[in-house]
Amino acid sequence: MLRDYLKNNRREVLAIAFFLLAFVAYLSTHPRGVSTYVLTIWANQATVLALVAMAQFFAVVVRGLDLSVGAVMALSNTLASHVVTGSGGEVAGGSILVLAVATGCGLINGAIIVYGRIQPIVATLATGSVFTGIALLLRPTPGGDIDATLADAMTYDVAGVPTALILLGGILLAIHIPFRRTGLGVAMYAIGSNEAGAVQSGVRVDATRLTAYAAAGLFAGLAGSFVGYVTFSGDANIGPSYTLNSLAAVVLGGVLLRGGAGTLLGAVVGAFILRTISALMFFSGLPPLAQPFFEGLILAIAIALGGADVFRLRNKLEVLER
Amino acid sequence: MMGFAKRHADPLIPLIGCVLLIGFGALFFPKFLTATYLLQQVQIAAFLGVIATGAMVVILLGQIDLSIPWTLGGAAIISTAMAASGHTALEVLAIPAGLGFGLLVGVINGVGVAVFRIPAMVWTLSVNAMLLGLAVINTGGFNPKGEASGLMIAVATKTTLGIPNAALLWLAYGAGVLWLFRRTTFGRALFAIGNSEKASFLSGVNTTRVIFAAFALAGFSSALGGLLLAGYANQAYQSMGDPYLLPAIAAVVIGGTSILGGRGSYAGTVAGTLFVTLLTSVLSVFQIDPAWRQILFGAIIVAMLLTQRRRIM
Repeated sequence: MLRDYLKNNRREVLAIAFFLLAFVAYLSTHPRGVSTYVLTIWANQATVLALVAMAQFFAVVVRGLDLSVGAVMALSNTLASHVVTGSGGEVAGGSILVLAVATGCGLINGAIIVYGRIQPIVATLATGSVFTGIALLLRPTPGGDIDATLADAMTYDVAGVPTALILLGGILLAIHIPFRRTGLGVAMYAIGSNEAGAVQSGVRVDATRLTAYAAAGLFAGLAGSFVGYVTFSGDANIGPSYTLNSLAAVVLGGVLLRGGAGTLLGAVVGAFILRTISALMFFSGLPPLAQPFFEGLILAIAIALGGADVFRLRNKLEVLER
Repeated sequence: MMGFAKRHADPLIPLIGCVLLIGFGALFFPKFLTATYLLQQVQIAAFLGVIATGAMVVILLGQIDLSIPWTLGGAAIISTAMAASGHTALEVLAIPAGLGFGLLVGVINGVGVAVFRIPAMVWTLSVNAMLLGLAVINTGGFNPKGEASGLMIAVATKTTLGIPNAALLWLAYGAGVLWLFRRTTFGRALFAIGNSEKASFLSGVNTTRVIFAAFALAGFSSALGGLLLAGYANQAYQSMGDPYLLPAIAAVVIGGTSILGGRGSYAGTVAGTLFVTLLTSVLSVFQIDPAWRQILFGAIIVAMLLTQRRRIM
């Protein structure tokens, strides 16, 4: 049983092991030791990246890609800095509006990809430019306000456990576990691994792919909202680094870029690894100027290690299928 | 006539776009139709054109090179630092060193993609992150010191018989790449691998070597673009490559090259480069707000791609 699980989820298990290693190293080198405060700060940063990684997961699993996740984040973050404020009702309505707009952005991506038949990578590059432009219109310079009660509720802790982690855990419980048992989840994996086969098995390919990109938009919207909870403001320029890190995160978490394999949990773990590495760098005692290089180096090594089992393949044709 | 249009559809659509842009601009600013303006656009397009050439070679394989920004920036930093060092030997080697740096980065990209079989998108991305880190260590986060050599400035900014030298260099570079595509086994293999790496391998193509060479050529092109830009600005500067990554990929794809690899024409990439350059110029000449500039840029690219929608998924 356990053995089967390990075998079927080797990539996730490796990622989790790597994360735990990095996390223990981080906690043990942190000058302030382990405390709820330290954990909460780490969790808030990690959650933002985990949410974008989840967004990227949905696009990647249907053999796609979403290079506009950062832009959708920036758009929802700047929108939130306008509408998530005021009375309780206004805050609730504003939060829903932000997520609806983000989901709409995802749907636009999906429609251009599905009906316009444009490759996801270039389609989302172009729409990303549009979304970033709209975000800049909403907030030419960083500023605005986010309701403090809501923001505090999301970014502090409940009985010592960071709320952000509870939120992530809730999402994983609600989606990750049943995902493979629902028709939609199975359809997404099917499209990703063999589209022709999926069509012949009666999968509604277009609708499923649209749903996947809409989900990517929704999660990018959640990530953008969460940035707002942490910073209490809107900033149109947060996007680019998150787009790139979301890709790195899903790959580190064992999600295959060619689609059809990997899990939401993997994407989250990949994001945790990335954030923990940067946090480790911060307290590592390395000269600050050298940190970006080592961050890049560790990322490259982690990705290369993930690819290293290519050397176990004896048949060159199997290698080419990767 | 229809046959001609069909055979040359790749460069035709962006070229029609260029004519529309120039015509639209000329309605408001007559200077759009002057030789000075158009030659200046070709000169600026040459920088993007050289970079897009490298991007295209890799895209033909069905791969992508996201390390363009800091390959370009790194080469510019190395060359300008050496050119201003005051030692004759270093000054002479300034340009070869910058170009060699590009080749080296390309080979490192090739190792990850061809040997470790890591998706090019993430591997070149992490290579870019490392190069950024090296640049930060080197310059301390400040603008790099140094200045462009006389030759770099002459190629990037001067003209010969009225034609910008940069455009002539682009022409020569493009002719070389076209020869590679059409007349060499490397060119054939590039297209073949883009269509099916497995079939190419089974037909006796040394796929690993071709992938290495393609990424090396891409790195070289980025470095060449970096040296041109450094010559144009008379210096290297932080993040000088960032504004060139997306336009380079957009130019290639608008020019009809499939992002999945295996099909595309160099004429298309040239036309795509001219279109992207003109679009950027028109948007800035009209002094459009940066936010709207981004929105229009993205929307027009989507519209261009939709007109090229004969592509299969």
